[in-house]
Amino acid sequence: MMRAGVAIVIVLAALLPAPWLLHSDFWLNFAIMALYYGFLGQAWNILGGFGGQFSFGHAAFFGTGAYTSAVLQLRLGVDPWLCLVFAGILGGAVGALVGALSFRYGLRGSYFALVTLAFAEVFRILADSVEFTGAGVGLQVPLRQSAANFQFPDKAGFYFVILGLTALGLAIAWWLENSRLGARLVAVRENEDAARALGVNVFRTKVIAITLSGALMGLGGTFYVQYFLYIDPTIAYGPAVSVSALLVPIVGGLGTVFGPLLGAFALQWVNQFAQLAMGNAIGLNLVLYGVILVLMIMYMPNGLFGLARVSARRLVRRPA
Amino acid sequence: MDQLSILLPAILNGVTTGAVYALVALGLTLIYGVLHIINFAHGSLLMVALYGVYFLYALFGIDPYLAFPIIVPLMFALGYGLQRYVIGRAGHGKDENIMLVTLGLSIIIENLALFFWTSNTRTINTSYGFSTVDFGVAFIAVPKVVAFVGAVIIAGLLWLVMQRTDLGKAIRALAKEPRGAQLVGISAPHVYAMSFGIGIACLGAAACLLLPSYYASPQIGHAFVLIAFTIVVLGGMGSFGGALLGGLIIGVTESLGGLFLGESLGKIGIFLIFIAVLLLRPTGLFGQRA
Amino acid sequence: MMLDVQDVSLSFGGLQAVADVTFSIGEGEIVALIGPNGAGKTTLFSLISGFLHPDAGRIRFDGRDITDREPHEIAALGLVRTFQITQPFAHLTVAENIAVGAHLRLRSRSDALRQAAMVAERVGLAGRLDQPAESLTVAGRKRLELARALATGPRLLLLDEVMAGLNPREIDEIVPIIRAIRDGGVTVLLTEHVMRAVMQLSDRALVLNDGRLIAEGAPRAIAEDPRVIEAYLGAGAARRIREEPAHA
Repeated sequence: MMRAGVAIVIVLAALLPAPWLLHSDFWLNFAIMALYYGFLGQAWNILGGFGGQFSFGHAAFFGTGAYTSAVLQLRLGVDPWLCLVFAGILGGAVGALVGALSFRYGLRGSYFALVTLAFAEVFRILADSVEFTGAGVGLQVPLRQSAANFQFPDKAGFYFVILGLTALGLAIAWWLENSRLGARLVAVRENEDAARALGVNVFRTKVIAITLSGALMGLGGTFYVQYFLYIDPTIAYGPAVSVSALLVPIVGGLGTVFGPLLGAFALQWVNQFAQLAMGNAIGLNLVLYGVILVLMIMYMPNGLFGLARVSARRLVRRPA
Repeated sequence: MDQLSILLPAILNGVTTGAVYALVALGLTLIYGVLHIINFAHGSLLMVALYGVYFLYALFGIDPYLAFPIIVPLMFALGYGLQRYVIGRAGHGKDENIMLVTLGLSIIIENLALFFWTSNTRTINTSYGFSTVDFGVAFIAVPKVVAFVGAVIIAGLLWLVMQRTDLGKAIRALAKEPRGAQLVGISAPHVYAMSFGIGIACLGAAACLLLPSYYASPQIGHAFVLIAFTIVVLGGMGSFGGALLGGLIIGVTESLGGLFLGESLGKIGIFLIFIAVLLLRPTGLFGQRA
Repeated sequence: MMLDVQDVSLSFGGLQAVADVTFSIGEGEIVALIGPNGAGKTTLFSLISGFLHPDAGRIRFDGRDITDREPHEIAALGLVRTFQITQPFAHLTVAENIAVGAHLRLRSRSDALRQAAMVAERVGLAGRLDQPAESLTVAGRKRLELARALATGPRLLLLDEVMAGLNPREIDEIVPIIRAIRDGGVTVLLTEHVMRAVMQLSDRALVLNDGRLIAEGAPRAIAEDPRVIEAYLGAGAARRIREEPAHA
């Protein structure tokens, strides 16, 4: 228990001085995007990795957070930092709604994935059709750089914010590994009926997980809006976010604390390599993601971290 | 009376579109009924078929309706290969894994299409593209009528294959009782691949019927996937009749939705039905298992 | 009476799985539920533990009506079942498996793991705490089922064929464990096919056949009851056995 906690602190400490060590904006952006996708992956990992419920429509929570943030700023002049809080709350609320409906009716496996896909699509259509969210054109947040306005003139500011969010994600994952809720969540993943027979309220456990997951995705949405200053229905609720969120933990290691982080950095390198090798061809890096997904499932279903765990276990095995 | 003259064409149009949707859904429900997998790549494979039909027309001047003998076998082969050598291997038998593999395939296919063919929509102009048939209460475009008739015929052929041929019997046996079927000598990997192949061949047929009144673009698969799933879930997983009826219902819903709520918002009706069915009656109208 | 089952019936479509079953279990008893395959024993267990709900009848635990309660609520009240086909949390270790049970009463992770170690000791799994559950043998998994349920601190334990698949030596090892569980204050209702264990362990036996309770009493008396013999061996078997000439 303590070992994992120490590891988390070490990792965070190692990541902290990046803005001073990485001298170029390019690499700082690389690190920011890696941590950003890592954070989305951490969010998905709560429900998918620890909870074993695979959602294909996590964009529903992300987009809600993103639009909440954008709309509150633009239409009501709410302080962007406060928007972060609201985005988390609404992301969590949508998570609770989707979860309560789906799990109450016992949806699992592919059916659950389908329903999340449908919810994301419903949100996308709504955002696309309603003036409130800028319809198809989307919303643009005006450039007003200042720390108080959550728009940092120099990337380091954004880096520290996403590092903070990453720390939050790691803390939650650590907590799941060391708490009763986490133990119950994992039990639900492994065998629902057995969990029930041991007194676990399966429905409530799942709903808590998806709410937490949705809240984090909402925070991620806000970060996106502040970093890129633009959101539209496809970015917010489209398949790209949903796929990234699930690919990252699958590559890195489902249901582990560091899996999403590992996966995100690995994928960011792949991205970089793809851009170098194939130029900025639209769609090609997503092809690579698809190929990686299929290959991972075929040969490394436990992800990179799972691989590391297996080797570590082999090293540590005591003689008979 | 005025209402009716707007409603009826919308309904008839919906029925014709619905028939083609039903054909797409038939493939999906066959795949689910036999292999028990939810093929997330179904929409992107339809998209590939549409491009196939498009290029046959654009490059070789082959009329979509005449492209059947080329497209359908090609799609069948594609489906067979995918199941036999990728999905079947990668799945390790677990539901979540297979889901992810078909999702991965759909990403690969969609984005390869985006890369090779760009996001420009492709349409074709056929000589009969703008002709209409007079049904008394409404004028319906010729391609749509042909699509309807074609879809019904193909569904009928599919039913015949499943009920009367040895392959059909093998497929049904494997679907019902995998162990028993294998014990009597049915090769599971081969028959599963045949079933998947047939399901994808349906997409080839649907593409031939669809392109004259529709278009091809890389993102199209995405929209079709959810519609196809909605139909399959509504009609009942594994039920042919359900897929047909579901297709018609969804086609009409989309048409009426578009009429009352506009093109984009109209689609919401479909997904709300989808969510409602999944939550309230996951077995659908005619399905067996939840 | 700790458990009161009254006129409980359940049918699946046309099949009557359980019909008008009535019995009680007192605190501190070990009661065996026996009967041929398909008699409805596991169905009855599922009804009592909340996984199924009866068409008719009532089930009371400690005076509380639990007929329509959910399994996790019933478990929290102290009535816990095991499964005939073991249901381990495959990718978790033995310790983590048992800890899930311990968490019913304990909030802290370290407390739960400590409790898990103690329970593992009682059932003989102490040396395997860090092994993944899926690597256990059948006997190990049965003990894990038992340990998990025990860790919840139950008052009534429903053991569903906990000896199935065990060889005689393993059975001899598990019988005293179950007896010790009862001596520790837990009431036990078990279904079993292994008659030796039934004879050694149970104070009372209930016989189920075709969903109905056909006999009730001390194990030895039950074994000689003609109705019971006929349930297992077919109609007329009792008479044939009685009339058979003694072998030299």
